[in-house]
Amino acid sequence: MVNNFILFPYLLLGIALYAMALAVPSFKTNSKRSAFSPVVPLLVFVFFISQLGVPSSRFSFWQAETLPFNFSFHLDGLSLLFALLISGIGTLIFFYATAYMKNAAHTQRLLGFLLLFMGAMLGVVLADDLITLFLFWELTSITSFFLIGFKNEDEASRKSALQAITITGLGGLIMLGGFIILGEIAGTYSIQEMVGKKDEIQSHAWFIPTLILILCGAFTKSAQFPFHFWLPGAMKAPTPVSAYLHSATMVKAGVYLLARFSPILGDHPVWNYTLITVGGITMIYAAFQALFRTDMKSILAYTTVSALGIMVFLLGLQSADAVAAVSLFILVHALYKAAFFMLAGTVDHETGTRDISQLKGLGKIMGPLFGVGILAAWSNGGIPPSIGFVGKDLIYESTLHHHFSPYLLTGLSVATNVMLLAAGLLVGWMPFRGKLSHPNAHKPALALWLPAAILAVLGMIFGLAPGLVDNILVQPIYQSISNSTPEFHLKLWHGFNPVLYLSLLTMALGFGLYTFIRPGGKTLNFIERSEIFGPRKIMHGLANGFLFLSEKYTQFMQNGKLRRYLLVILSFCGGILGFVVLTETTFVIDYKSLTEITIYEGVTVAILFIAIFLTLFSGSRLAAVASMGVIGYCLCIIFVFYSAPDLAMTQFTIDTLTVILFVLVLYRLPRFIRLTFSARHIIDGIVALSIGALMTIISLEVLYRTPSREISDFYAANAYILAKGKNVVNVILVDFRGADTMVEIVVLSIAAIGVYSLLKLRLRKNEKME
Amino acid sequence: MIPHFTILPILLPLLSAVVLMFFWSKPRNQRVLSVIGHGLTLMASYYLAQKTFTGEIFSVQAGNWSAPFGITFVADALSGMLVLLASLAAFAVSIFSAASIGNGRASFGYFPILQFLLMGLNGSFLAGDIFNLYVWFEVIIISSFVLITLGGEKAQLEGAVKYVTLNLLASVIFLTGIAVLYGIMGSLNLADLAVKISASPDKGLINTAAILFLVGFGIKSAIFPMYFWLPASYHTPPAAVSAIFGGLLTKVGVYALIRVFSLLFIEDPFIRDVFIVLAVLSMITGAVGAIGQQNIRKVFSYLIISHIGFMIAGLGMYSTLALMGAVFYLFHDILVKTNVFLISGVIFKMRGSFRLENLGGLYNKFPLISIVFAIVMFSLVGTPPLSGFWPKLYLLQSSFTEGELWIFGAILLASFLTLIAIVKVWLAAFWKKPVENKIAMERIVWHQLIPIEKFLILLPILILTTATLYIGFYAENISDICKLIAEQIQDKSGYIEAVMPQIETNINPENIP
Repeated sequence: MVNNFILFPYLLLGIALYAMALAVPSFKTNSKRSAFSPVVPLLVFVFFISQLGVPSSRFSFWQAETLPFNFSFHLDGLSLLFALLISGIGTLIFFYATAYMKNAAHTQRLLGFLLLFMGAMLGVVLADDLITLFLFWELTSITSFFLIGFKNEDEASRKSALQAITITGLGGLIMLGGFIILGEIAGTYSIQEMVGKKDEIQSHAWFIPTLILILCGAFTKSAQFPFHFWLPGAMKAPTPVSAYLHSATMVKAGVYLLARFSPILGDHPVWNYTLITVGGITMIYAAFQALFRTDMKSILAYTTVSALGIMVFLLGLQSADAVAAVSLFILVHALYKAAFFMLAGTVDHETGTRDISQLKGLGKIMGPLFGVGILAAWSNGGIPPSIGFVGKDLIYESTLHHHFSPYLLTGLSVATNVMLLAAGLLVGWMPFRGKLSHPNAHKPALALWLPAAILAVLGMIFGLAPGLVDNILVQPIYQSISNSTPEFHLKLWHGFNPVLYLSLLTMALGFGLYTFIRPGGKTLNFIERSEIFGPRKIMHGLANGFLFLSEKYTQFMQNGKLRRYLLVILSFCGGILGFVVLTETTFVIDYKSLTEITIYEGVTVAILFIAIFLTLFSGSRLAAVASMGVIGYCLCIIFVFYSAPDLAMTQFTIDTLTVILFVLVLYRLPRFIRLTFSARHIIDGIVALSIGALMTIISLEVLYRTPSREISDFYAANAYILAKGKNVVNVILVDFRGADTMVEIVVLSIAAIGVYSLLKLRLRKNEKME
Repeated sequence: MIPHFTILPILLPLLSAVVLMFFWSKPRNQRVLSVIGHGLTLMASYYLAQKTFTGEIFSVQAGNWSAPFGITFVADALSGMLVLLASLAAFAVSIFSAASIGNGRASFGYFPILQFLLMGLNGSFLAGDIFNLYVWFEVIIISSFVLITLGGEKAQLEGAVKYVTLNLLASVIFLTGIAVLYGIMGSLNLADLAVKISASPDKGLINTAAILFLVGFGIKSAIFPMYFWLPASYHTPPAAVSAIFGGLLTKVGVYALIRVFSLLFIEDPFIRDVFIVLAVLSMITGAVGAIGQQNIRKVFSYLIISHIGFMIAGLGMYSTLALMGAVFYLFHDILVKTNVFLISGVIFKMRGSFRLENLGGLYNKFPLISIVFAIVMFSLVGTPPLSGFWPKLYLLQSSFTEGELWIFGAILLASFLTLIAIVKVWLAAFWKKPVENKIAMERIVWHQLIPIEKFLILLPILILTTATLYIGFYAENISDICKLIAEQIQDKSGYIEAVMPQIETNINPENIP
């Protein structure tokens, strides 16, 4: 068969374009365009069906030379299974969604985002380059954010969306860190090339940090304990979204990632123990939580978390049986869980509630839906002859034969499966039995139950004929995950053995447990009260604590007082400058080279000091300004002493002008108010004096250097010859460095405009805050 | 032939400003002429930038006094790109201003000053002389001061006092640095200084000067702990003004750090360590500040501080990859930060407030516009494949290979907090139900605008968004240029050669024209 996988990027482009066409132009009205939306995933599904049995292949669509980015894709058994699930379940979901959202607002927007999500998800499972994978990974987080918050005016939806993007965004960035380190230590960003470098990577000093970073990404995305709580929260999204993202596809991205990296990062104690522990806790904790819920979607969300825990757990066991089990379980779970979700959505659609304590006897009017419920619960419970039974067999097989405490592992799995079975009955059986609670509800439309029915029936067909999925799906997946050839075949009947007895035990306990459960107010209250110690509360507490601290820190730094800002900046400047001056310069004063201080100089400096003192400590503004003038004049006199009369004249003019302007302005100001304490003045004084002392040291140091006189000599020599001017200073100003002068003139003009506008411009009311 | 086109991006704004002043009290004419002036500058800048991207370095000696005696203007690829982006941002802001600045401000010099500001920015990017750079900084500071106070609203003046005090302090410290440098080296020309400093044994005083420049430029770039003026002032002036400020003012400081330190001081390990520590603290402080803000312009202000840290980190690490990351981030940031401040202006027009608690309902009322805004905001976050993502990759890679793990961690943390800050803005301003606040409702002007005004207000946002998308999706074109720039920065000889071709020959007055 021709390998047409290289067409995949165009397929993605097509999906994106159609999704945007759907979502963008007619945001407000629902038009006929959305009716075609299931066609896109169907085409994708057909495309990937055509890839069944094709040997795995890799290609690079576009490689950047100066960017660490290779837009490359890889198709093997694992990717193919996910691609088929995404597109196949996607097709059914889109059928379902068009019917489900028929009279709702913004249906097209929803479908558009769902399609975008589908494209992103396909990218995740088919990318070979780490950065490409991350790109699509983030896109799934963002589209999921938009889908969870779809009912954007509902506060709970917004909160859930924020919660989801916080957890997955954080996990994603941590994972990016892991990817970068992995790419650097492996010397390649291609996952397939890394498979061959497993030993090199695992022996690197940075291996364990890398592993932990990447696991964080996978655990957050796949809702593992203690990050699991965003997933039940995400149930605020419309049901088609939950069915698609939060059961069949996106939440499995983390599992996909672990499976994908299993041949690279696996077979390492840290990997095995972390996955077994995290997966084990997640599966049992979430299964337990599921039993106490009354909202169908909430039950399904917790069972999903539990199922994801099982997958992580199995990937941690990493024995041949476990890999076989996870290869099958991904498929099994997607089939029955998506069916369950659609069922819950339809019940909600027809009756207006999803509360199982209020729903009774729906089987009388929703026959087909009841059928779906029974079949899904069947597969979920692992009752023969469903595919779920085959899957559960493999799980027990792997725990029983694992070298690490088989009793504990098996016990955990049995307990989890018992609770999952009971939870499945709560959704698929309980609402349909008994006296009819909603007599006005009627039989759902075909599109509202058929997609679910197809999935549920498939679960049975695959169970009766496991050969259908054995060679073409499960075995290639096994090969991708374990990087070795499989030596097993899926079978429904293995004969009488411990695994079968365990299955029987699970069923008996599960049905028994179901009869004990009375969903309702009391149990719900109990579980909600116990949440005080739950991870959700702890994470929220941490987040709030962080927010509180960051606000305090920001307020402390940015306290609104200019004086403090100046103090901080000057202390920083003085500190670092002092460090450099003290450690790196040799500070010597050659007293012999200094000229003697004359009496004129002495008197001038004394006046200068007195004036500085007056400026600082005078209680009146006018006196302070006057003494500032005196400081300026003293400087002029010093310039005169050192034969710079032109400079002195300039300084004299400017100082006079400044004092006059100051007086004019200050005359109108209110009285001087002291805002600060004297202790602060002392600190200010110390900082000011230190900076002054430092500057003095630096200036003295500079004075002892003899810089190249090349440039000043050139000016002196050529001012008249080349620039035709007798005054060198003038020539420098207007010719050698004329550009500076011109720009300074511009500066003055701008200042003039500014002063004029500040004085004259009075805005009209409507011009304020424009 | 002397490449005089090098200084066109300085001369055209000057010329436009002069022409605009002849139309002092005719705001209508000024609006049109200002856009034309910025358009011409943009074309000249594009021409220059294209030429520099070939790798050639152009220099013009003012007054034909050869370096190091006169003032030199130099355009390498970094200058070329920044001139282009500054002119593009200014062009966008000019259109936005034409449609949004009232006649009051317009007839008191708003448009000429905007031109002067661009002149100062382009001048700084092209200056090859440290004192000349100071003079351009003066132009920038005085124009920005006039723009920030123009209108004289109370909040504006309060912000302006902090802005101008701390920026003047920066200028004083910068000038002191120049004095020290001139005192020990006797030259002001950057290329000449580069040659002289590398031959000088006087490391102590050279580092002293370096610290003075670091603080001077550091205040201007709003690095930790010198950023206080920025969150105190950027949220006060009209949106158009805060857009050009947010996009370009701090970036000039970053440019000056890159240019001056790479030519003169960066070889010193102590200086690089200082950069790295300050970069980490800036990234965290800015990001942490952003998540607690209620005013959207303050959110963006704090994010500026955080993202300046990314660029400084790249400069501090100084490997080719790190520099590529730093300049790539710089380019991305100019466009995106200008854009987000323009966007906050539009939000104000639509909802009458900048405060999150008074906003809401934008997504349902303006879905298309909201999606454009979302693209810009996610570019700011650095969601792949948008523009902010690529430079972060370089910085992450280089910080790992250079062993700078604090930077590695800080980049990830700052990126995460940026995401949260932006998502919070999105939830409160776009998704939430509209809030009925009486004062805010009275300020809503969007529905009073005629279609052409709405178009002119949205057009600059679209222009900048297109440019951002280009950077994101054609990142390789940009990264090629970044590579060229990083190599030009690391190998100073090209720069020195372009400024002083006669470097080896002894200068004889008779040889000078």
